[in-house]
Amino acid sequence: MKAAKTIERREFLKVSIAASGGLLIGFHLPGMATLASAQHSTTAFMPNAFVRIGADEKITVIVNHSEMGQGVYTSLPMLLADELDADWSRVGFESAPVDPKYNHPAFGIQMTGGSSSVWSGLQQFRQAGAAARAMLVAAAAQQWNVDPSTCRTQSGTVINAGNRKLTYGQLASAAAKLTPPEHVQLKDPKDFKLIGKPLKRLDTPEKLNGQAVFGIDVKLPGMLTAVVARPPIFGAKMKSFDDTRARSTPGVRKIVAVPSGVAVIADTFWQAKVARDVLRIDWDEGGMADFDTSRMMQDFRERAKTPGTSVRKDGDFDAALSSAAKKVEAVYEVPYLSHLMMEPLNCVVDLRPDSCELWTGTQFQTIDRANAAKIAGLPAEKVQIHTTFLGGGFGRRANPASDFVIEAMHIAKAAGAPIKVMWTREDDMNGGWYRPAFLHAIEGGVDASGNASCWRSRLVGQSIMAGTPFAAMIKGKAYDPSSVEGVDDLPYAIPNITVESHQAEIGVPVQWWRSVGHSHTAFAVECFVDELAALAQKDPYQFRRQLLKEKPRHLGVLDLAAQKAGWDKPLPKGMGRGIAVHFAFESYLAHVAEVSVEDSKVRVHRMVCAVDCGEYVNPNIIKAQLESGAIFGASAALYQELTFEKGRLQQTNFHTFPVMRINECPEIDSYIVESKEKAGGIGEPGVPCAAPAIANAIFAATGKRIRRLPIRMSEAV
Amino acid sequence: MIVFSVNGKRVDLDIDPSTPLLWVIREQLGLTGTKYGCGMAQCGACTVHINGEAVRSCVAPVSRAAGKSVTTIEGLSPDLSNPLQRAWLEEDVPQCGYCQSGQLMSAAVLLRGKPQPTDEDIDEAMTGNICRCGTYPRIRRAIHRAAELASSGGAR
Repeated sequence: MKAAKTIERREFLKVSIAASGGLLIGFHLPGMATLASAQHSTTAFMPNAFVRIGADEKITVIVNHSEMGQGVYTSLPMLLADELDADWSRVGFESAPVDPKYNHPAFGIQMTGGSSSVWSGLQQFRQAGAAARAMLVAAAAQQWNVDPSTCRTQSGTVINAGNRKLTYGQLASAAAKLTPPEHVQLKDPKDFKLIGKPLKRLDTPEKLNGQAVFGIDVKLPGMLTAVVARPPIFGAKMKSFDDTRARSTPGVRKIVAVPSGVAVIADTFWQAKVARDVLRIDWDEGGMADFDTSRMMQDFRERAKTPGTSVRKDGDFDAALSSAAKKVEAVYEVPYLSHLMMEPLNCVVDLRPDSCELWTGTQFQTIDRANAAKIAGLPAEKVQIHTTFLGGGFGRRANPASDFVIEAMHIAKAAGAPIKVMWTREDDMNGGWYRPAFLHAIEGGVDASGNASCWRSRLVGQSIMAGTPFAAMIKGKAYDPSSVEGVDDLPYAIPNITVESHQAEIGVPVQWWRSVGHSHTAFAVECFVDELAALAQKDPYQFRRQLLKEKPRHLGVLDLAAQKAGWDKPLPKGMGRGIAVHFAFESYLAHVAEVSVEDSKVRVHRMVCAVDCGEYVNPNIIKAQLESGAIFGASAALYQELTFEKGRLQQTNFHTFPVMRINECPEIDSYIVESKEKAGGIGEPGVPCAAPAIANAIFAATGKRIRRLPIRMSEAV
Repeated sequence: MIVFSVNGKRVDLDIDPSTPLLWVIREQLGLTGTKYGCGMAQCGACTVHINGEAVRSCVAPVSRAAGKSVTTIEGLSPDLSNPLQRAWLEEDVPQCGYCQSGQLMSAAVLLRGKPQPTDEDIDEAMTGNICRCGTYPRIRRAIHRAAELASSGGAR
C-alpha cells in the first residue's frame, strides 16, 4: 500500500447516507427472508454501505464479494476494521444485497471472480473504515467539546487528551446524525494492526457445527423442491414426454416443461428425484448427436498444422528456426473439465406478483438479477438476491447466461409456491459450462551455444467469451484473450516468438474454470521450456533463470521455490523434481514438485509453492489458497477428464471424475515473497503451475515427457 | 413408522423406509449441517454416525437407523468444545466449508478407535471424504492436534 494520503470523497459515501436509513437487508437464516432494517436503524450507525456499528459494540462489515472458500469474509473485513481501529473480536460479516453501490470497482458489476476481490476492495474497504472512524471521533469530540484532532482511537474506543473514553457502541447513535467526511485520511501502513497478520477466518466456527447456510440449506415456508430432466446431449430439444409413472410417485405436485427440460416439482428433493428418474422423454438429439471428443482432438491437431490468427509476433520465427542448432516440437493437449464444486448447483426463488427474492450461492449478482428480472417481468430493483455461502465456486457460479438462475425462475413461475431447484451431482457434471479442451502445438529451437532462439505456439480451442455479454472484452481482437493468456505474455527472453490462435466452434458450453486460460497455457509453456532446457542440456531451473534475467518478480518466486525445495539436493532413484513459474491474475507463482514413478504409477510427494502477490492482507489465507490451488491443479493433472461419445458425456460422478483424496495429497510447503508491489490475486494463481511442475518432475524421474493431461504414463514419450 | 434417535432426541417418522437417511435428516428433521455431495457414497459429505459407526447417509436407507442412535454434526458438541472442533479452529481448516461436517464426523470415529492416529491411520479413515478446496494438509494437522487436545484432558 502507498503511504497514507488524502482520498477524494467517493460515490459510496454519498450513497451511504441514504442507506443508513433503511436499505440494508440482512440474511442469516433460511426462512428468515429479510431482517427488517428498522431493527437496526434506531440503535445502529451505518456511515456507509460497508459497515454497521451497533450500540452493542458489534461491527458488521457488509461484504460485496461471495465467500466460496477464498476467505473474503475475513480479508475484506480486516481492511475496514484496521482503518476503523475496531476491536477485531467484535467484527462480523454479512453478505451484501444486490445494489449498484456494491459493484466491483474495476468491473462495474457486482461479482466475484478474476482473483480480484482483495486488490479491488483495498481502497473501498479501507476508505469505508476510515470514514466511519472519522465520524465516531467527531461524535466523541462534540460530546466532550474538544477538537477532534486531540482524540485518538484504539480497539473500538475513542480516547481524548484527558484519557476519557467512549466506545464505538456508545457513540453509534450520535455518529449516525453526522455527515460523512469530505476527505478521509488512510493509515500509514506502518500503523496497521490487522492488515498483513495471519488472522483466523471469521467464518470458521459456523462451518464446524452445521450452522453455515449454503444455498442448498435454504428453506422457506411452503417451499417445494424441483429436480429437472435436462437433455442428454447439448442442443437436444424435448419433443414429448410421458409422465404417467412419475405422476403416480408420492409427493409430486407438478410436472412441467421448461426451456431447459422437464421439471418435477414435489414436496421434497428425494420425491422429486425419484419421479424425475422415471420420466420418459423423447428428445430431438440435434446437431451434437455424433459429437466425439477424440475426433475433436484429431481435428484440433489438423488445424494446428496451419497458421492461426496472429496473437504475438516478435522477430522472425521461421528464419530463426531454420538456423537453429537443435529444434524440438511438441503437442500438448488438455481435456474439458468440470468445476465440480462440492455443493451442486441450486437456487431458491420466492416469486410474488410484484417482487421476487432469490437465495443462491452466486458469483454474478448483477447479471443474475437482471436475467431473473427479465423472466419475472419485473424491474431489476424488485428482484433481490440473498447470497448464501458458496460450497465452492471455481467460476461455475459466475455463469454469463445465468443458467441455473433462469431455469429456477421458469420453474418458480409454474410452481405457484416458493421453489428450490436442486441439481444432483450427475446433473451438475452433465450441465456443461466446462473448462474448454485445448491443444497447444509448440515448436522451438536453441542456437549453438544453447540459448533459446525461437518459439512458436499455436493454440486451438473454444472461446469462453464469444457469444456472451463478455464478448465486448475481446475488444475487436480476432481472438479471445482468455484463450491465450499466459502464452501471449511469454516472459522468457527469446528473440523470435510467434503466438497464433485457432478458435474452435463447438456446441459444448464452456466457461471460466479456476485460473481460466492459465489452467492450460502454463502447462504447455512450462513443459516446453523444460523441453528446450533438455535440448540445450541445461538444468531446467538455471535455464529459466537465464531467460528471466530481466524479470525480477518471476526470478524472485523461482529462486525462493528452488531454494526451499532444495533443488540441488539429490533424490533417491525413481524420484524427480520439476519446476514451473507463471504470472497470472497480477501475481507470480513458482512450484517445485517431487514425484516418484513406480510401475507406471505417479505419486506426488511434495510441492513447494512460492508466491509474490504484492502487498498482502492475510498470509494465513494466502497459504491456504496456495495449498488449495496446488491440490486443485494436481487433481486435474493426475485424474480429471471429461469425454464425449455420440454426444453423451462419459463421466457422471466422483468415481469417473476423481478428485485428489487425502491419502494421495502431497506435503505442501508455501512461501510468500515480501513485496511492496501492488496487490495481486490469490484464489486462482496457485493452480496453473501444478501440472507442469509435476510433468517436469516425471521427466526428471523417468526421462519421459507428459504431453497430455490427465497424466498417463502409458502415453508418456 | 420408523423410530430412532437423532442427537439424543427421539424421532418417529411415517416415511418410505427406502428414503436415504440423508434426506430425512435434511428435509424432514431440518438438520442441514449434513451435506449432499454425490448420492453414491463417493465423497463423504453426508457422513453421520449410526450407533457410533461412520455411515454415508446418502446411500443408507432410513430403515437402517430404526431403533438406533444417529449423531449428526449438530450433535458433535453443543458449543464447539469437541477436541476436533477446537483443533479445526486452531488450524483454521475450512475454506468453502461444505465438506467439513463429513470430515469432522469421519475424524470423530477415527479418534474414538485410535486416540493417537498415525498418518497412515488418517489416510485410511479419511480417504472417503473429498475436499474440493484442498484442505487436506490442514485436516491432517488438525486431527493430530485434536488427539493432543483430547489426551491432555480436553475430551468430552
